[in-house]
Parts: sequence; structure tokens; C-alpha cells
Amino acid sequence: MSSAALRGGGGRRSPYRRSLRLRLLIVSGMGAALAALMLVDLMTGPSTLSVADVIAILLGLSDDATAAAIVWSIRLPMTLMAALVGVSLGVAGLQMQTILGNPLASPFTLGFSAAAGFGAAVAIMFGGLLPVPGWVAAPAAAFAMTSVACLMVYAIAHLRGGRPEVLILGGIAVMFLFQALQSFLQFLASPEVLQQIVFWLFGSLMKASWAGVVVVAAALAAALPWLARDSWRLTALGLGDAHARSLGIDVAVLRRRVFVLTALLTAAAVAFVGTIGFIGLVAPHAARGLVGEDQRFLLPLSALAGGGLLLSASIASKVVAQGAVLPVGIVTALVGVPILCVLVMRRRPGGSP
Amino acid sequence: MTAPLLEIERVAIRRGRTTVVSDLTVSLGAGLTAICGPNGSGKSSLLAALAGLLPYGGAVRLEGRPFHPADLAYMPQAAALAADLTAFEVVLLGRLDRLRWRVGEDDLAAAVAALDDLGIADLAERPVRALSGGQQQLVLLAQKLVKRPRVLLLDEPTSALDLQRQLAVLEWLSAYAASAGALVVAVLHDLSLAARYATRLLLLRDGRLHADGAPEAILDPATIDAVYGVEAEILRIRTGQPVVAPLRASAAGRPT
Repeated sequence: MSSAALRGGGGRRSPYRRSLRLRLLIVSGMGAALAALMLVDLMTGPSTLSVADVIAILLGLSDDATAAAIVWSIRLPMTLMAALVGVSLGVAGLQMQTILGNPLASPFTLGFSAAAGFGAAVAIMFGGLLPVPGWVAAPAAAFAMTSVACLMVYAIAHLRGGRPEVLILGGIAVMFLFQALQSFLQFLASPEVLQQIVFWLFGSLMKASWAGVVVVAAALAAALPWLARDSWRLTALGLGDAHARSLGIDVAVLRRRVFVLTALLTAAAVAFVGTIGFIGLVAPHAARGLVGEDQRFLLPLSALAGGGLLLSASIASKVVAQGAVLPVGIVTALVGVPILCVLVMRRRPGGSP
Repeated sequence: MTAPLLEIERVAIRRGRTTVVSDLTVSLGAGLTAICGPNGSGKSSLLAALAGLLPYGGAVRLEGRPFHPADLAYMPQAAALAADLTAFEVVLLGRLDRLRWRVGEDDLAAAVAALDDLGIADLAERPVRALSGGQQQLVLLAQKLVKRPRVLLLDEPTSALDLQRQLAVLEWLSAYAASAGALVVAVLHDLSLAARYATRLLLLRDGRLHADGAPEAILDPATIDAVYGVEAEILRIRTGQPVVAPLRASAAGRPT
């Protein structure tokens, strides 16, 4: 093995440096794409606006009061919500896959969507009894129930040493519990209430509000610094528990910390828009194929890809169903399945990064 | 034998209700020490405990001070790598406690050197999931070397390697131990290989130290029968080291 000739110089460090530059370029490119998609999302809707209109309105330079009102109070919250929820689901899906050591995991693997659905159903049925408006009660109850589900899975995993199999078993148990509770409520509900519950369960950006945007952004702002701080440890966790432990990582503590942050991101996202499938599964897959498992790049790319996917789905749902906005959760599922198939087919052993 | 580097005193390890290592006392100096013994004799548990990954009773000291896991590198038994990382990135993770957002030049240089040492520089940019079991084992070994540890604990480091690489790796490890004044402890299954390269051999049986010393001093048919339940002949090769030639499992077998 002729390495002697290459020894000494920076010669062989440069392929690594080159790949760092390439990956930085990919992440920046995805960031630019996300910004562009946000602009397109603001332009599409029942009344089409031009790029110039949208930019003028955002900068406060437009005198078209109607268009400004449409953008500021209807479209901008939806666009920001799509981007933030997509980012949250991209990050949560990635970290769920990392801590469970399973590429098929998603933010909803551990029953969080069932819990959120139950919370919302409770709020829709009994919210009238509380002195809070419905648009507060449903997200708050969904968030609270998701947190309860997280605590239950956490407690089960904590008792049994926090291994991935235990987390998954706990998650499945919690999912069935909340599904049963929710079915029970649906069984009791009147037809009108039942329809409201079913409509909530469709993931839809129509529920977006400025309050929701603030909450989801706050959850992201709280979670991302911790995840970024753990990025090398999470990269090492990808080697498997035994190897991660041999590098001095307290695997159980890391896994629990990331699990809680993932639950927070998922709860905030699902509370305001309902269950939007496939983003949290597809975005990390696509990102991993592009930049590999170094979390310094995988984490931001997965986040940006999640945001981009949900914005694309939002644009598509507005274009396909002119006038009537199709719930975006339906679009992500329909588009997500073929994308996932392509990603899985293309994945050869050693095919990436 | 040099002054003791690692002192293990009355160490006992329990896994659940089973005692897997009991009352083990031994002092190890710099050099390559091999641990051999039958399946379930406590070899891997002992290494994992020394690495701080299993609770144990008793005391372990490095040069008289309480032993700290930061002083060592530990390589567990081979488990396949499925991560989307290049060999270079996997080796770099060996410096985990020093890695920051921007990786330092000295960390990159250390990773390059470790790959060079094991003759796998050409694998650096390959994804580990595409490597063979033996190549993955070499990459993981390089990951442990990248810290230049005082104490290197290796659980069957050559189990997936071909004959030439087994010899090359053990030769490199014994040279590293000698030049760096480091202690390399390797669990090995091949007694003849252990005898060829190790300066010290520990034979474990049922969680107890059955024999301890220079390989040529302790490897004899009676010991091998007592530890493994195998009838064997001991041959001498040109270099003077013993080679264990197994004949058959002994008639009585051995209690488990």
C-alpha cells in the first residue's frame, strides 16, 4: 500500500476539505431554494401575485391595501407555518431515525400523532365548556397530549435502560392507547363534532395563525442549539451503540435528551397543523443521500429539505385545487410515497455520500 | 518487565445475578498483553469494565492514580458499520472529545497518520458501509489509534482479518506499545498468534485468572487442557516462540 509517497503534505487532507466545501455548497443551495419556494408560495393562491408585488408588499412599499392584507394576514402566516413545520418535521424525523437507529422511523413513529389527535378531539368535544376560544383550545390540548405521550414513552424507556427496542415498544403501546381513546370519543361524538374532529386530523395549513408561527418558531429556537451542540455525538451514534459507547458517549443520556427535544418539535408542529406525514421520513433520507451522516451538514440540510418539501406540497395543493385548498397532508402523502420509493431504490450499499 | 502501568486489584464483575469475573488481581506494564480463554470466561467483560462501561468491584489504577476512561481507547468486538460516513470520518470520530464545529488541522493530521499506520490510506474516502468486514475492522482500529492512547483495550482486534493483516496489525501494535511506552491489551483466540507477539499472556477460565506470565513460560499441554479441555502439543518455531497444535477435545471434556 503506497501511502509513503503521499505522507507528510496536506495532500490527502484535501479530499476531505473538498467534500466539506461541496457539502457547504449543497446546504447553502438548499437554503436559497427554501427562500425561493417561500416567495412562490406567497405568490400562489386564488388571486395570483407577481414576484414584484410580493416583494413590494413585504417591504411595505405597495399601495394595494387589499393585496397587502391578503399577504400579511392570510398568506404569510401559512407560508411561514409551512416552512417552520417542515423544518421541525425534517429535524424531528432525522433525530428519531438517529436515536432509534432505524431509517424507517419518523416523528410519528412513537405515537405522537395519535396523542395529538386525541388531544384535539377532546378540545373539540368539550372545549365549549372552557372559557377559551377553539383556536387556542385545540392546539393547546394537542400539545399537552403529545407531551403526555412523550412522558409515558420516556418513563417506559427510562425503566428499561432506554434501548431503541424499548422506546419503539413503548411508543407502539402509547399509540394504541391514544388511538383507542380517540376512537371512543369519535364513537360518542355527534355527526357535526365528528366531522370537525376528522377535519382536524387532516394535516392542513389552513389552521395556520401568527400565534402558531411564534410557538413553532420558539420550539425550534429552543431545540436547535442543543441538537447542534450534540452534532458530533449524534454522528458517532450512527455507528451503533457499542461503538458510540466505546468513544465515551453516555448513549442512554444522549438518547433521552434528543428524544425529549424531538417530542417538543413534533408536538409544536402537530398542534397547529395536524399530522403531516412523510416529510419527517423523506427529508432526512434525501439529505443523508446528499451529504452523508456528518450531522454538521445533515442536520441543517434535513431541516431545509423538510421546509422545502412542505412548501412545495403547499404550492401544489393550491395549484391543483384552484379555489378550494386541498389539505396539504394529503398532498405530502401522495407525493411522498413515490419519492420514498425512488430514494430506497437508488440506495446501493456505499452509494453515498 | 517494566514498572506497572495498570494495576487491577481484586476486580469482580457481575452481570445480572451471574458473577463473570471474580477476585482478579494483576499488574500490567507497558507492552502487548494478550488475554485468552474459552467462550464465557470473562475476557470481554473484563475489557468493558476497564473501559468504564461495566460496573465492577475492586480498584483499577493507572500509574498509581485512579483510572480514568479518558486515558484509554477501547475497541469492542466487531459489529458491522452501517453509517453513511467515509472511513476518514469514522477515524476522525476517535478524537470525539476534541472535535468542534471546525475540525482542527492536528485532528485531520492525526486521522491521516492513523490510516497510514495501518496501511489503509487508500480507503480514506470510501463509505464504510461498502467496506468488507476486515477493512471495517482496520478502520475501527485506526479510530482507536487516533488518540495515541496510553492504554489500548482491543476485543478480538484481528477476528475478521486475513493472515497477512493479522500479523501486520499485531506486529504494528507491539511496536507501538514499545515505542510509545503504552499498554496494549488484546483479547485473542489464537494462542499461537498471542504467543508470537505478546510479551505477557493472561489465561482466564470461569472468570478467574488461571495462568499469567510470558507465553513461553505458561503454555504447556497441562495448562491448555485445564483451561480449554483440549489435548494439544506445544511446538517450538525458529523464533523460539511456542506454537499450540491442538489434537482433540479431551475425552472427559471440561465442566462448564
